[in-house]
Parts: sequence; C-alpha cells; structure tokens
Amino acid sequence: MRILEQLNIPKQCKKYGLSLWQCPSFLFLIMGMIIALVSVLSYLIGTRYVTEPRIVALVVLIISAILLILATIITNSFERLAEANRMKSEFISIVSHQLRSPLSNLAWAIELLMSGRLGKIEEQQVEYFKILKENSDRMKDLVKDLLIVSRIESARLFLKREEFSLEELTKEIIKEFEPFAKASNCQIEFSFEENLPKIYADRYQIKQVIENLLDNAIRYIKGKGMIKIRIKGEKKFVHFEIEDNGVGIPKEDQKFIFQKFFRASNVLKYKTQGTGLGLYISKAIIERSGGKIGFKSQEGVGTTFWFRLPINE
Amino acid sequence: MKIMKKILFIEDESALQKTFRDILEKEGYQMISALDGESGLRLAKSEKPDLILLDLILPRKDGFEVLKELKEDEATKEIPVIVLTNLEDVESIEKAIGLGATTYLVKAQYTLEEVIQKVKKAIK
Repeated sequence: MRILEQLNIPKQCKKYGLSLWQCPSFLFLIMGMIIALVSVLSYLIGTRYVTEPRIVALVVLIISAILLILATIITNSFERLAEANRMKSEFISIVSHQLRSPLSNLAWAIELLMSGRLGKIEEQQVEYFKILKENSDRMKDLVKDLLIVSRIESARLFLKREEFSLEELTKEIIKEFEPFAKASNCQIEFSFEENLPKIYADRYQIKQVIENLLDNAIRYIKGKGMIKIRIKGEKKFVHFEIEDNGVGIPKEDQKFIFQKFFRASNVLKYKTQGTGLGLYISKAIIERSGGKIGFKSQEGVGTTFWFRLPINE
Repeated sequence: MKIMKKILFIEDESALQKTFRDILEKEGYQMISALDGESGLRLAKSEKPDLILLDLILPRKDGFEVLKELKEDEATKEIPVIVLTNLEDVESIEKAIGLGATTYLVKAQYTLEEVIQKVKKAIK
C-alpha cells in the first residue's frame, strides 16, 4: 500500500507543498533515470574499449551501486528536510489556532471595559486601555497573518474563482481607508480606464492584497502624502498600480522585500508595527491567482507597487 | 410584567461566559450558561431559550453534533442558533449553515458590539 502511495508522485509533492523540482520523490525518479542512463553508457563504452566482458560487467555494476547509494542518501535528506518544513508549518498553524481563543477573550474583555457599560473609567485609565487594545489588535493581526502563511506553505490556501470588477473593489477599499489616510495627512487619487473587463480571482483574498499595499503606502509616508492608484487593461490581464511618495525601499533591501518577516532597514528605524508578512502573503495570493506582482522604488522618493490579474476568457 | 427573553450560551471558555453574561444581562436578557455540548443540549430542552449562542469546539459533544440534535428535536428546532467560533474554514461554515444555524460568526472578525447587535437582531 505504502509503495503504491509513494508512486503517486504529484500527490506526494502536494503533501509537502513543494514544486516538482524540489520534491524528493520526483528527484528520486530523475536520479533513477540518470543511473539507468549511466549504466547503459558505461556498458556501451566498456564493450567498445575493454575486451574482457567480465570486467565490463563488474565496472558497470560498481558504478551503478555507487550512484544508487549516493542517490538514496541525497533523497533521504531531502525527505527529512521536506518533513521538517511541513512540521514547522503545522506547528505554526496549531499555535496560531490555540492563540486565537485567548486573544478574542482578551479583545472583547477590553472592549467591554472601554465601552463604559461596567461603569465610567477615568481619563488616565483610558490611555492605558487604548494601549491594551492596540496591542491585542496587533497580536490578532499577527496570528491572522501566521495562519495564512501556514496555509500557503502547506498548500492549503484555497482560492475561489469568481468574476468581479477590480475598480469597484478598489473604490470600496479606498472609502474604508479614508479616515486613516486623512489622519496621516495623505491624499488618495484614483483613476481607471473605462469599460475594463472583470478579473477572475478570489475577491476576498485580492481585497487583502490591495488593503495591504494601501496600508503600507499610507504607513510609510513622510510629510504630506500623495498616493496614486491606477488601473488599466493589458491584453488578457488587468493591471493595478499604486504609487506613493513615501520613504522608499533602500536598494540593498529591494531583493528581500517579498521574503517572510523581512522589514526594510529604514522602516525599522521609526516604525515598530507591522509583521513583515504582508508582502509575502500578497505575492503568494497574486501568483496563485495566475497573476504577477512587482515594484520599483527609490529611497527618499517613493515606491510603486503593481500587480496584474487574469481576466476570464 | 415583561417576560425576560432567555439566551443559552454554550461555550467552554468561562472568560467569554462572564463577558457575555455581564453585557447581555445589562441589556435585559436572562443568561443561561453551559460549558459543554451535552449540558447545553439538556438545558436547551428543559429551559426552552429564545436564542442559542453556540461554540463549535466543545468538550463532551461538539457544536456540530449539538446543532444537529437541536434541529432534529421538535421541541428545539425552532430556536434560532448563532454559531460563535474561531473555525473559519469553508467546510465548517457550510456544514453549520447546512445543519440549520441562523448566523455564523467568526470570533476574530467581530467586535463585541457587533456580536451583541447580531444577537439582538436574531432574538426579535
């Protein structure tokens, strides 16, 4: 049974959430083919240059044996690595789930106290309740992001496919963000081409991506902020971009920007919040929706993030 | 005299039991608590509440089973049930709605005030 199961290579790879070329079972198959090829080659070369057939057979046998042992060692360590990776994702998932209950108890208890339903609170106490609330919200966000990351890594992030209008969704999000933008002295400009086709993706997840990009743009603004959002059609895709005049991403940090837990050095200096997971999650969502995401940025001038998503054909 | 509406809260987290009791009693409801699925089901039958708030991960009998038995019993099947849980996968949501839950609320996505509004709406 186990052998049969192991022969189902795509299923095995899916279990580890790995692409085919990183997957132990697939690599083992490739190695097997190489061994067979090398054996045949050494046989051919052997018969041509060596006259004694027994020596040829012996050489072929020895070479094959060495290759087989090497291959087994290598794929075994791959297997162990993949298993460790899967266990790590599972661990994150379990811990995050376990954290959610106490966190919602905490958040709701704070909310009840702040509502004044249990009696008036002193002004000085209000400040501390706000600190409690802010920090419990931060933990909640972190746990939410960690859960998404563990889903991405264990290939359990399921995306729905539905048709929707990217510009309508963007309008909605901008409206939600208006108070935050205003409080940060930041203006949002939105323009889009007329009669854009609908895109074909998971509306809820794409909303997370746009919210994340917009949140970053506002959060890392310096002085008076100006954010420009543009949407245009591009053959079989719809192209979205968001330009800001914020702090920008230092050149040496740019290649790490989509990595998990990475936060740019200039951002760390004066902003403590943020999980460092937003862009990693955004990239995974966009790519799994059949799209692409990227950016260009200059430190001190601003950043433009863009993504494009396929339309329904 | 106005009759107080009864809410049965089936939830194993006593911190949440206290929070909801404090807030909903002030709103003029009578609160009944159950800390596990079995006693929740028993109280639903004996107390005939006007609304049930139900967690899904529960000791003794899980929320899905409780919901199923509530909806199978003539005496309790008309009582609206609000599911209040941290399970947010699509299968759980579809399963609970399919079993007859009135509303499905994921704890992490709502403020206390929003949950209270949903309760008030459902009990009317």
